Amino acid sequence: MTQATLPVPQEGHHDDHGHDTATGTTNTKLAMWVFLSSECLFFGAFIATYLLYRGRSVKGPTPRDVYNIPFTSVTSFILLMSSLTMVLALAAIQRGDHRRFRVWIIATGLFGLTFIAGQIYEFTEFYREGLSLSTNVFGSSFFVLTGIHGAHVTVGIIWLLSLWGLSMQGKLGVQHSERVEIAGLYWHFVDVVWIVIFTVVYLIPPQK
Amino acid sequence: MTAVPEVITPPSPHRVDLLRRPKASRGFWSWFTTVDHKKIGVLYGATALVFFLIAGSEALLIRLQLAGPNGTVLTASQYNTLFTMHGTTMIFLVGMPLPVALGNYFIPLMIGARDVAFPRLNMFGYWVFLFGGLFIYSGFVLGGAPNGGWFGYTPLTSTPMSQGFLPGHGPDFWTVGLVMLGVGSVTSAINFIVTILNMRAPGMTLMRMPVFVWMMLVTAFLTAFAIPCVTAALIMVFFDRNYGTNFFQAASGGDPLLYQHLFWLFGHPEVYILILPGMGIVSEILPTFARKPLFGYAVIVFSGIAIGFLGWGVWAHHMFATGLGPVAVSAFSLATMLIAIPTGVKIFNWLGTVWGGSLRLKTPMLFALGFIAMFTIGGLSGVTHSIVPADTQQTDTYYVVAHFHYVLFGGLIFAIFGGFYYWWPKIFGRMLNERMGKLNFWMLLIGFNLTFFPMHILGLEGQPRRTYTYASGMGWDNLNLLVSIGSFVIAFGVLVFIVNIIFSTLRGEKATADPWDARTLEWSTPTPVPEYNFAEIPQVQARDDFWHRKYTEDAEGRLVRLPSGGSDSGTMGAVATLEVDEGSGGHGDTPGENGDGHGDGHGIHMPSPSYYPFVMTLGLPILGYAAVFKNPWLAIPGVLILVFGMYAWAIEPGTAEDES
Ligand code: HEM
Repeated sequence: MTQATLPVPQEGHHDDHGHDTATGTTNTKLAMWVFLSSECLFFGAFIATYLLYRGRSVKGPTPRDVYNIPFTSVTSFILLMSSLTMVLALAAIQRGDHRRFRVWIIATGLFGLTFIAGQIYEFTEFYREGLSLSTNVFGSSFFVLTGIHGAHVTVGIIWLLSLWGLSMQGKLGVQHSERVEIAGLYWHFVDVVWIVIFTVVYLIPPQK
Repeated sequence: MTAVPEVITPPSPHRVDLLRRPKASRGFWSWFTTVDHKKIGVLYGATALVFFLIAGSEALLIRLQLAGPNGTVLTASQYNTLFTMHGTTMIFLVGMPLPVALGNYFIPLMIGARDVAFPRLNMFGYWVFLFGGLFIYSGFVLGGAPNGGWFGYTPLTSTPMSQGFLPGHGPDFWTVGLVMLGVGSVTSAINFIVTILNMRAPGMTLMRMPVFVWMMLVTAFLTAFAIPCVTAALIMVFFDRNYGTNFFQAASGGDPLLYQHLFWLFGHPEVYILILPGMGIVSEILPTFARKPLFGYAVIVFSGIAIGFLGWGVWAHHMFATGLGPVAVSAFSLATMLIAIPTGVKIFNWLGTVWGGSLRLKTPMLFALGFIAMFTIGGLSGVTHSIVPADTQQTDTYYVVAHFHYVLFGGLIFAIFGGFYYWWPKIFGRMLNERMGKLNFWMLLIGFNLTFFPMHILGLEGQPRRTYTYASGMGWDNLNLLVSIGSFVIAFGVLVFIVNIIFSTLRGEKATADPWDARTLEWSTPTPVPEYNFAEIPQVQARDDFWHRKYTEDAEGRLVRLPSGGSDSGTMGAVATLEVDEGSGGHGDTPGENGDGHGDGHGIHMPSPSYYPFVMTLGLPILGYAAVFKNPWLAIPGVLILVFGMYAWAIEPGTAEDES
């Protein structure tokens, strides 16, 4: 009973340390999860649109004419590998191994950049072969879907490089490893979305 | 949608301040930099009320035009702009932010928290709402306000400007503005979700939360999941219109109906986003003024959650007239009938709450009862839409206009007015006048029914909505005149409310901390509420905790006021009579470093004010104009401001270090 009149915890609840939250998950992490589930519907809408318009273009070029599966497989693989280096970066900072953290986080960013470079190359190739935003419904739904994904990857790269910069200035200690974890959640999400896109957009054979 | 890196906040020793940290917590400028959820709540409320007056005036112009046949007050194209802006404003700038205003102010108070989870993100959400609204309205002077209806159907809105469907920049302002507002809504929804799940006081288990908090939680989830669907659709419309994509161009294989699916996949959850908070408010008011606990708390909560889920399975009932085919139509028709069940359950629970209570018919209670009656009528006409053959007749007639005003105005707005009268004393420290309040209520109720009831009949007689005039001799003249008169009675009612506000501010009766003898935690704080809300974080022992601190029951089950449980004394002696289930909220039992336990609030570290939410948001309308006018040069300052704001925000600690 007396407990009720005792002074009770007054920690800064807005900080990043989750030990005083009601669910045990920190605020930022929970927020990131909700944000990412919201993003699922965002990408879902564009993916559904792409699928709906498969094979409905009234004129070419069609996916078959432009896709270069081996090339995109390689860039997709590189993006996937960046998830691995992201995991390594997080593990490194949690151990307090800042040198390795910087290596892995930069590697993750560079893999991401490679993927984006590949996407730019792919877009220009397609454009040269006569596929633009306005050519047909395939062009519209393809470019907007993959373009928005590319924008997400770009934001992620800037985020990773910012973390790297903070670390170089010595402002990213072990106690801040959750920041890396949150960036990692975002990064893995963007990768997973790409796996879905790569499967349904590139790999499932077009109907005609 | 941007992920705002709220992540990078903890103080670091070598931090640089780009702008000097604002300190003032009072005065004019403090409203620009505040991160106090209560002030932000007031900002949301005031801004949304102004938009309410604007959208109301637009409705009055519409009604002037339609008061008689062959009206000449407005041209056809002005009429299109007005009903579009009326609908868009009422939904996105009034109906969504008003509950956010009350939620901002009261969710932390109701769950025993000192602030929301992300105070600066909260302020960011407000600025996006304000700037997004101003952005859409700026279309009036910058080349065309939106004019394609509040759901902006394609191909009308998506056809390129050059083809002359909707000349001017109206649809561009509309799509870009709504995407912007969506960013704000999602951030505030995420903030609410995290606040409610994570920041409850010890003992405030989920099933002890006030129903308003529950409904705001469901609403926040709906917002977070529904907005991205419409954002995607709006982006496609924008690209179709400006960059020649073919998403909705039938000639190139696109499908205009896809837009309707995406829009209503958002749009139907949206109507629950609008009504669930109203249900929450009413569930707070009724028990207080019936002096009985809410009847069937758990059932109300679970039916609210059920509505949240079912709300995703009924979107196509907005599209019965488009020829979806018998299977889809039957499925959605059934799902729509199904959703009436949890709604009906709630209505009976509210009646059960009122039944046998010792009612005090104060203004908030009147509005709550009005809500039940009006919302029931709106719900019943809604069920008639689920019957497809009937709906095919009703689509795009005034019958539909009558229906959704019964749920939006008779539902949401009545509940909000009730909430205003109920919580006003806590927010501003003065009571709203009861006499004027009653006049306000009856004017609104009578005006509302005069305006919208006849629309049912007009609709069944075939008067089409969104049509700027009608010929005489259709038999619609008298009822339309009646409707227009009614709309001015509503306007008079709203005027009474404004006079009441002014009167209350100047010489209203000073409010005590607990003027209604209420049940929930927000009333346990002093009035005005201190910046830190609670000197001591409350230990919650029961649902309606505050009530149980004040009252107990004697052997015959009569209420007995506990001597020590005064409404403004912080003592908790009363809990001695209650069963304490310890451990249910067993996080953090150690006295905090910052608490001094003396209840005067010294040493409580509150998040510090910040410029950056404002700075960052400034970038958004600039980017918006760059998009509307396809001007890449304008995008550069927009991006720079946005990025500057974001980084400065990220490296700024949430709470400034102590100077002492
Ligand atoms: C002052 C009281 C109000 C009056 C007199 C009024 C009147 C009207 C009228 C006559 C229309 C139909 C215009 C047409 O189809 O030609 C309309 C449409 C609409 N109203 Fe209201 N209204 C009022 C308040 C509200 C409120 C409180 C809300 C929502 C919170 C609201 C939401 C809408 C919406 C969404 C539309 C549809 C716009 C469209 O067709 O695109 N109205 N209103």
